[in-house]
Amino acid sequence: MRVDRAHPLWLAYILHRLSGIGLALFLPLHFWVLSYALNDAARLDAFLTLTEMPLVKLAEFGLVFLLAVHFFGGLRLLALEWLPWSAPQKTWAAAAVAGSFLVSTTFLLQAI
Amino acid sequence: MSEFQLYMAQRLSALVMAPFVIVHIGVMIYAIQGGLTAAEILGRTQGSVFWLAFYVMFVIAVSIHATIGLRTILGEWVGLRGGLRDGLSAVIGLGLFLLGAQAVWAVTA
Amino acid sequence: MPERDHLTVTVQRGGPDTPQRPQTFEVPAYDNQTVLDVVSWIQQNTDPTLTYRFACRVGMCGSCAMMVNGVPRWTCRTHVSKVVKGGAIEVGPLRNLPVIKDLAADMDPFFDKWVAAEGMHHPTRTREDEIEAIDPVASDRQEANAGIECINCSVCYSACDTVAGNPDYLGPAALQRAWTLYNDAKDADRDAILDAVSGKGGCHSCHSMGSCTAYCPNELDPLSAIAGLKRATTKRFFGGRKG
Repeated sequence: MRVDRAHPLWLAYILHRLSGIGLALFLPLHFWVLSYALNDAARLDAFLTLTEMPLVKLAEFGLVFLLAVHFFGGLRLLALEWLPWSAPQKTWAAAAVAGSFLVSTTFLLQAI
Repeated sequence: MSEFQLYMAQRLSALVMAPFVIVHIGVMIYAIQGGLTAAEILGRTQGSVFWLAFYVMFVIAVSIHATIGLRTILGEWVGLRGGLRDGLSAVIGLGLFLLGAQAVWAVTA
Repeated sequence: MPERDHLTVTVQRGGPDTPQRPQTFEVPAYDNQTVLDVVSWIQQNTDPTLTYRFACRVGMCGSCAMMVNGVPRWTCRTHVSKVVKGGAIEVGPLRNLPVIKDLAADMDPFFDKWVAAEGMHHPTRTREDEIEAIDPVASDRQEANAGIECINCSVCYSACDTVAGNPDYLGPAALQRAWTLYNDAKDADRDAILDAVSGKGGCHSCHSMGSCTAYCPNELDPLSAIAGLKRATTKRFFGGRKG
């Protein structure tokens, strides 16, 4: 039988799990490309020029998104499990962190 | 390791990584301004004790964290049990750590 | 709301000896009827071999839970009008448990895990002693009270995807039971409880997806109870003791 489970906490769980898998798959590639720098900086440069392509730019955005989603999802879990706060307190804390991150990142992007 | 010890290792490695991730995202936003080059990356990292320590701790923490997470998924979604699951997870963890250590060595040495 | 004379009810039939297959019945629709009424109507009027389980019919005994349109529910207090989709409902045995026959799930694994989670009383006194006075407003007591209305219906156990993926996982109901005992002033062995929920399949296997709390028919909060156990075990790890 089809199972109906799409409530907010379940969606947060599946997002955390899928972003974790995505990051774990990306990590070996990330390390491998960087280790080019050891003996062949020209090859690393050739690879890095790829990052100018729009499709690669989009993939980069995806990776940063995965990292940010997994980061905030993880902080949410740590707060849920370890802080003896009430549910509304946790919601406000999460909103405050996300809000301040948004403001400071926007500031950083403007500043540099 | 018991399930509880794995739980603690995963949560503590996450806590260790939290500030690293913020710095990492910050550096990314800063570094991609005007494009990425090997010279720029190496100019920042080569010979720097700070970045060496930063990335070594980051790689250790992420290897622990990802290994425990993947072990859970191998159990729940792939259906592996017992020694096969633990063995495969250990190989993944060791592989991640070695690749990561090689990358850190490459950009800081 | 437009009135319809009939509901189309698809029931999962079968068990360990016969392959599971859906069977569709047409059942008269009424303004007021529960999913259990519908199942009973089929058994009494169309197919007397349909197997299902119920007892109290008023949401106290916890025996009539089934999957209804993909969600585990107590069928005696689930009105058809709340769950019907396009004049149809789909009913099946509880998920994550073996099927005995048709809609009756085997609850043994569910109850075995209550025991495995140390969901048993560890007395502080003997029958010769005075009865211990309990402060009803103490924070421990409030925490325990939050979980004691569990009717053992297994809706949370059925709703949980961690149970589905990890057969060792004790599940929300058993862990919530452990948490109420951990907070009970009359329980003498809190370390035994924390040990029992720290092993293979214990509270640390939970991923906080919250389907237990979302679907508990008594509106209990096993998710927070399990988080309480994680907090207590973490505190013990760092040398902190509950006073």
